[in-house]
Amino acid sequence: MTEILKRKEAVKTYTEEMKKSMEKVGGNRQKNVGFEPGRMTAGEKEKLLATYHPDYMENEFEILKVGKNKGEKVPKELAALLQGKSAVKSDFDLSRPDYDTDVLIIGGGGAGAAAAIEADNAGASVMIVTKLRIGDANTMMAEGGIQAADKPNDSPAVHFLDAYGGGHFAAKKELLYKLVTEAPEAVKWLNSLGVEFDKTDDGTMITTHGGGTSRKRMHAAKDYSGAEIMRTLRDEVLNRKIPVVDFTAAVELILDENGSAAGAVLMNMETREFLVAKAKTVILATGGAGRLHYQGFPTSNHYGATADGLILGYRAGAKLLYADTLQYHPTGAAFPVQIFGALVTEKVRSLGAKLINSEGEVFMHPLETRDVAAASIIRECNARNKGVHTVNGVGVWLDTPMIDIKHGEGTIEKRIPAMLRMFGEYGIDIRKEPILVYPTLHYQNGGIDITPECETAVKNLFAAGEVVGGIHGRNRLMGNSLLDIIVFGRNAGRNAANRSKTGESAKNENLSLSHIDAFENELKKAGAQSGITSPVLLPKYTK
Amino acid sequence: MNDNANNGKVNIYLFGKKYSVPSELTIMTAMEYAGYSLVRGCGCRNGFCGACASIYRIEGDRELKFCLACQTQVREGMYVATLPFFPLVKKVYDIEKINTSAQIMMQLYPEIYKCIGCNACTKSCTQKLNVMQYIAYAQRGDFKKCAEESFDCVMCGVCSSRCPAGISHPQVAMLARRINGKYLTPESEHLNIRADEISGGKFDEAMAALMFASDEELKKLYNDRDIEA
Repeated sequence: MTEILKRKEAVKTYTEEMKKSMEKVGGNRQKNVGFEPGRMTAGEKEKLLATYHPDYMENEFEILKVGKNKGEKVPKELAALLQGKSAVKSDFDLSRPDYDTDVLIIGGGGAGAAAAIEADNAGASVMIVTKLRIGDANTMMAEGGIQAADKPNDSPAVHFLDAYGGGHFAAKKELLYKLVTEAPEAVKWLNSLGVEFDKTDDGTMITTHGGGTSRKRMHAAKDYSGAEIMRTLRDEVLNRKIPVVDFTAAVELILDENGSAAGAVLMNMETREFLVAKAKTVILATGGAGRLHYQGFPTSNHYGATADGLILGYRAGAKLLYADTLQYHPTGAAFPVQIFGALVTEKVRSLGAKLINSEGEVFMHPLETRDVAAASIIRECNARNKGVHTVNGVGVWLDTPMIDIKHGEGTIEKRIPAMLRMFGEYGIDIRKEPILVYPTLHYQNGGIDITPECETAVKNLFAAGEVVGGIHGRNRLMGNSLLDIIVFGRNAGRNAANRSKTGESAKNENLSLSHIDAFENELKKAGAQSGITSPVLLPKYTK
Repeated sequence: MNDNANNGKVNIYLFGKKYSVPSELTIMTAMEYAGYSLVRGCGCRNGFCGACASIYRIEGDRELKFCLACQTQVREGMYVATLPFFPLVKKVYDIEKINTSAQIMMQLYPEIYKCIGCNACTKSCTQKLNVMQYIAYAQRGDFKKCAEESFDCVMCGVCSSRCPAGISHPQVAMLARRINGKYLTPESEHLNIRADEISGGKFDEAMAALMFASDEELKKLYNDRDIEA
């Protein structure tokens, strides 16, 4: 494992300012390790968020002029796509489908894979289409862990309260109910598929705190938690011979004569060929939107996180919920430039590393919720001018060496090897040196509104995973996203499969794209056409 | 190598073609800087998905190096080829019925016994894992050790591209890890108990109370809740 750090010819290029500040951090380390900073009161948090959190920057949002959420605000970048135009024309020939399946799953991340497995269990024919490869998803990059109230001092009710309060009392209660009461079963299921959770020798799950948790219920697989879950689900999907059509994006939903979902128009990402998939039910599992870089933030998200599901769903008549709330993960890498915006797992703070300003002072409790922590870091760097400058901007220290001081040498290597490796690539040994962090666009709190059965406002159109809004309210706790993709992914798969066997599923006759024209007309009337073809599928990074 | 002499740029060769790119870029961002709109060979961009396996050689140096394009900074004279796909062999099996002894490797991945010990897999691992060692553990049916040694694998496939015996190392390790996670690590009793308690209705009342409580009541409960040390 120490091999990781040996290959480095790389030179880290700390500035004088960084070096000086780092000395202060080192000098105060012993004192800071033992210091227990207070937590903010509800009033302090509210004021902090309203002043510094990006969600509260009014001029960064735009009011939607058409669709189910007309009159509500969403990020400007998202508004342009929601009010954009389809890549296909409504008279596109749907009469000779290339694929015909019971359940069509759009998206090959954790939610899509979990849905596929359960739909297969329920006896439906199911296929996954994904614009990159199965597993190229935010699930793969989730590092910290998955929550479940399975310890004797914990309960689903305590889990509910933590998540409901952490989400500012805005979550849809019936969705959150499902999330917390099905959590232990979800972890059990993953373990039964072979996911290697961190356990003690007697089988007890090793659990830690996350920001905003009142019990230690974070289960992990080192700091590869999401990767371990994703590769296991992927392996299971392949074992079941569930068809996975990769490098194929969904560019428009297909409806039947009753307006129920009945498939999708697909596009081969390499040949640009259009294809038609006919289905009895459809599951949107397209994930988040970090690659839209709201407000110019860097992102911890995978390459394909461009809000496709929101756009496809909205045009077809689905309703969004809390699409104006995003999660900025407090600790994105701020240095070196090569990993700018990459995720530094919250587990680093769970294990005892504290946030330190340029003067070497602990300026907040390390385990406040993510929105509060992000706003606090932004305040420290901007209003208080106690950040450290980098090529891309500014950051504060996350004092990683505290972890081994607190828990003994070797803890970092054993518990957060991915972090050790990521910084090690650039000659930074996080066991000995602190790292610079700044908030990074991490998660789409809002998304498509669903019933507890995972159905959207469009009949036979289901949704699961990050594309969904309402489970977490206006802020999500660490470890509740890996949980939600499993709980709601499984439910969506089951329910979509069961629906496909009833008379209520799409008739598969008279497939139609007439909703494209209807939406286009609405846009015209409102004078709201952005002119952008959406979904955009991938970000544009060429110069 | 002197950045100042070249305005902070270095010369690299993408599939043999020369580009001058800022020296702080990674191979991936350098490709984008050069004008490549990536579809293949780009996934998580953070070192977890294995989509961007790459091979390079520095001009004048005979040694081939292997890396993830998103995690590797460009260097002067770097000749880069990407490996966006490699045809690994993935055998299918039923995890519920699988034989967990060494025999299973003989059945599914017999080629691992043809390993000639050249160590090319280990030398080429983009994650710096001891690949040949974990294959040795798999050969002897020590799946726990194989799982531990291979845990950080991102399944990029570079090891297999170098293997004269045609072994699909990442898939062998995947199988070992699933067997280890499901069968060889002890069950979590507390997890089973809690799942049973929930299905038995133990928390129904407490949950119902929360569902019917007003937000004012819930705010008070939340702000006053005790936090485990």
